[in-house]
Amino acid sequence: MSDSVRLAALARVARGAGPGAVPGVGRRSFLRGASLAALAVGAPGLLSACGTEGAKVDAGSCTSTDLSADQKTITFANWIGYIDPVKKPDSTLSKFQEQTGITVDYKNGDVNDNEQFFAKVSPQLQDCRPTSRDLFVVTDYMAARMIDLGWIQKLDHANLPNVDANLIDSLKSPSWDPNRDYSVPWQSGMTGICYNAELTDPVTSFEELLTRPDLKGKIDVLSEMRDTMLFMLLLNGSDPEDFTDDEFSAAIDSLQGYVDSGQVRRFTGNDYVDDMKSGDIVACEAWSGDVINLLGGGKFKYVPPSEGFAIWTDNMLVPNKAEHKSNVEELMNFYYDPVNAAKLAAWNYYLCPVKGAQQEIAQFDKSAANSDFIFPDAKTMESGYQFMPLTDTQERDYQRQFNEVMGG
Amino acid sequence: MSAAPVPAGPQPGSETARRRGWGWLLLVPGMLWLAVFFLFPTVQLVFTSLYDPSGSYEQGYAMTWHVANYVDAVRDTWNLFARSFLYAGIATGVCLALGYPLAYAIAFKAGRWRNVMLVLVIAPFFTSFLLRTLSWRTILSDQGPVTSFLQTISVLPDDGRLLATPVAVIAGLIYNFMPFMTLPLYASLSKVDYRLIEAAGDLYSSPFTGFRKVTFPLSLPGVVSGTLLTFIPACGDYINAELLGTPKQYMVGNRIQAAFLTEHNYPLAASLSLILMALVVLMVVVYVRRAGTEELV
Repeated sequence: MSDSVRLAALARVARGAGPGAVPGVGRRSFLRGASLAALAVGAPGLLSACGTEGAKVDAGSCTSTDLSADQKTITFANWIGYIDPVKKPDSTLSKFQEQTGITVDYKNGDVNDNEQFFAKVSPQLQDCRPTSRDLFVVTDYMAARMIDLGWIQKLDHANLPNVDANLIDSLKSPSWDPNRDYSVPWQSGMTGICYNAELTDPVTSFEELLTRPDLKGKIDVLSEMRDTMLFMLLLNGSDPEDFTDDEFSAAIDSLQGYVDSGQVRRFTGNDYVDDMKSGDIVACEAWSGDVINLLGGGKFKYVPPSEGFAIWTDNMLVPNKAEHKSNVEELMNFYYDPVNAAKLAAWNYYLCPVKGAQQEIAQFDKSAANSDFIFPDAKTMESGYQFMPLTDTQERDYQRQFNEVMGG
Repeated sequence: MSAAPVPAGPQPGSETARRRGWGWLLLVPGMLWLAVFFLFPTVQLVFTSLYDPSGSYEQGYAMTWHVANYVDAVRDTWNLFARSFLYAGIATGVCLALGYPLAYAIAFKAGRWRNVMLVLVIAPFFTSFLLRTLSWRTILSDQGPVTSFLQTISVLPDDGRLLATPVAVIAGLIYNFMPFMTLPLYASLSKVDYRLIEAAGDLYSSPFTGFRKVTFPLSLPGVVSGTLLTFIPACGDYINAELLGTPKQYMVGNRIQAAFLTEHNYPLAASLSLILMALVVLMVVVYVRRAGTEELV
């Protein structure tokens, strides 16, 4: 046997035998059978040839029953770092359970990102099925979207006397839920600038953040379209609460310019905290409470930019088919008692939406009572802006333009 | 050469018929799996890519066989496709250059350390992909040891950086897909009869010629499957670009993810995915044809 023949034989062995070598199942019959079987199983996929239905649930078509009288429980989904430690016997949640006899299953971090959470619950909610959550907390625009989709149960204000009495005026009637029929604020916060005082001079405006040469490649901005575009609109002299498509596109163009120049290092979610800690960036767009909660303050300074800042609220919602609405209303009412609200705010350092909480905090924590994070003064609040409510097609088009900037 | 007798095709008789039945039966679980988790979603993806783009999540998407979605997708993102293939191509090339000597050493030179070295190649898989990529952020950080060392020896300028550059993204791809290159190469090389290489030497071929004419051709199946296993997932990867790069390094996977999850623009996302699939398949076919190992696919 010549070398080349032996080599070829060896190579054939090394490559493994083809399907033709399997006794009983030839290549042709294998392919024929396989494609027939595949067609049979894959056929349901053809249903999607008709398009998808809308996600909106018509009013009155999805009714929920309330079993609160018999079942003293609540399943509560929230963001991390948003409530004082629930297991401690003197925590607000322990006190609530003790007072009311209602057991709360607290899902810490079940909500991690508005869009992600939306993806998590939308399959159930658009089909009017239970999500196994009685209460969850999402940001304004997401709350607006879900209410608009008909996914949220109407609250009974007869059970919410504290909310009616103590909710601060500025949050009483958002455009998307003017009477607070469906939502009650949990906490609010601000989006501004955080800088590392050891590595850079103070950064006081968003314009500085995007133009100062010594910050080139050393800043992050947020990947949440609303947060970042609010500042870009302000920079361009547009009103983030009322702008046109053209103004938005112009703001996108300016942002593209700052990305192309290499000023912006990354678009981030909460992970700007890691970049700040490692010193890879020296300043960034940041959420107010994080600077205290996650970065620990100190050399990390929070500033409301001179152009103004974004103010947002996270809202408690009861989804369709949740069966413990009255229990949840009891919990909402509990957290609008200034004593309980004070305890919560002194722990998480976000804006407290409850009147009278400041006086309560002053009794046990002087520095928290004077904190600009929890109780910004009226003058500061004047430069707070909310992003204009968007229709779902606007949302998609704006998000696409924004994603294209993020995509280089 | 004595080999076990291979039956020459199906013959009449009860035994063969029974054997044939078994062959089909054993194929059922795999085929079912593929039908449910590959075929079904792919069919759905094809239809989704043809929905009317003026729909929305809230209103639903109507089927209008809107082929223009593909034109739209390519027009806005051709540069991302180009970048993805460039990065994946470089990463695959470097993986081959680094993985081949490694696999060769394990197959022929490692002796009793062979198993230990194989475990070391697979060891990174014991932790999650995400964690490994995140730890690269620490290693390449601006204040980290690697960057300051390179600055000291003047390879990097003083204000230069590694993290958030194409280098970091490609390095991440190389690191993460290295085992996919090394293992098939090892599998191929370990089957090579070492006596053939010795014979080449006995016949006065230089080590290089021996490698070129004997070892390398015999390891070609490993080279082909290794490059495919590296290149294909690297094209669609978005974690490395997201964590180690900046928007300027984003790959097509980042765009698809954003289109699906934050825009809810399903037609765009689906057409982007299908274009990526088609391009990858096309490249693979051309490559495998040229490499001359059609038996592999």
